[in-house]
Amino acid sequence: VDAFLAASGGVDVEALLARFDPDVVLRADPAALLVQRPEETDRPGGDGCAMVSSSTVTCDFLVTYDGTVSVDDLVFKALADPTRRLLLDRLFERDGRTLTELESEVEMTRFGVMKHLRLLEDAGLVVTRRSGREKLHFLNPVPIRLLHDRWIDKYTERRVTALVDLETELEEGT
Amino acid sequence: MTTTARTTTTQVYRVYIRTTPQAVWDAITRPEWTARYGYTGLADYDLRPGGAYTVRPTEQFRAASAAQGHAIPDVIIEGEVLEADPPHKLVTTFRMLMDPEIAAEPVTRITHEIRDTGQGVCSLTLTHELEGAERLALIVGGQFEAEGAGGGHAWVLSDLKTLLETGTSFAG
Repeated sequence: VDAFLAASGGVDVEALLARFDPDVVLRADPAALLVQRPEETDRPGGDGCAMVSSSTVTCDFLVTYDGTVSVDDLVFKALADPTRRLLLDRLFERDGRTLTELESEVEMTRFGVMKHLRLLEDAGLVVTRRSGREKLHFLNPVPIRLLHDRWIDKYTERRVTALVDLETELEEGT
Repeated sequence: MTTTARTTTTQVYRVYIRTTPQAVWDAITRPEWTARYGYTGLADYDLRPGGAYTVRPTEQFRAASAAQGHAIPDVIIEGEVLEADPPHKLVTTFRMLMDPEIAAEPVTRITHEIRDTGQGVCSLTLTHELEGAERLALIVGGQFEAEGAGGGHAWVLSDLKTLLETGTSFAG
């Protein structure tokens, strides 16, 4: 999974999962989605880009949720299973595979693989495309990138900056 | 049964954005928007089949590159519009000119598809067909982010979502 994560922004999922208690993520996330938009006036080309009101925003991005499940939750859940991470790794190595190809890579029934792919698709981590009679599965790293940009940067930025400062200092000292 | 490795060099990215298809379309095609997220280039599309597509660097981008010792060309991306169906589908060819080695690779093709999923959310799917363009595939796949080449399409789309939903991009 390391290679896959490198592609999607270098997020260490194990550390990520360890860092956030799932309950905290679940409670905290709607706030992340509920960012109030500033007024339209300060945007270039704002006239053509009318936004929907954010006052009624709920978290139903992909499917209808009960109000407590967010896209981030689906991504965390999808990544919490070793078989699904293995499937993502296989897609990272070679993208655009059929169910049959993926099935041959894991010790699991066709139905089992289908179920896992379905969960990955629901979380947006896999996107499918038809090519003739075949359904091809592609790895979509954007949801992990969003987690990275929304959550990880916030907590690691200061530490990374400190390390960069230290490195600069040491290099200048030589 | 022997399985022949079929090398697929297509990359697919999808992001859900709480906004209108027209807003996404404008953010992709209008320079005042493209200067505000991702690589911050100034895009210029002649939105008809056969029309030109170019991206020029902003002054800040040019200055930042010069400070790092790279002179960059006046046009950093060039291509041709193959299909334009606002605000739903845009197909262009794509060649990056910032590096001679990458510029020499075969021309690639990018398809943007914008779909209204209802409830005020649209999906933007970016498909990049990269046959034979191995170095470009690594860059747009975000493999050179640590070297300062940006995080590729995933990073750009994440920033685009942030900009459209909050009014502010990563760079502020």
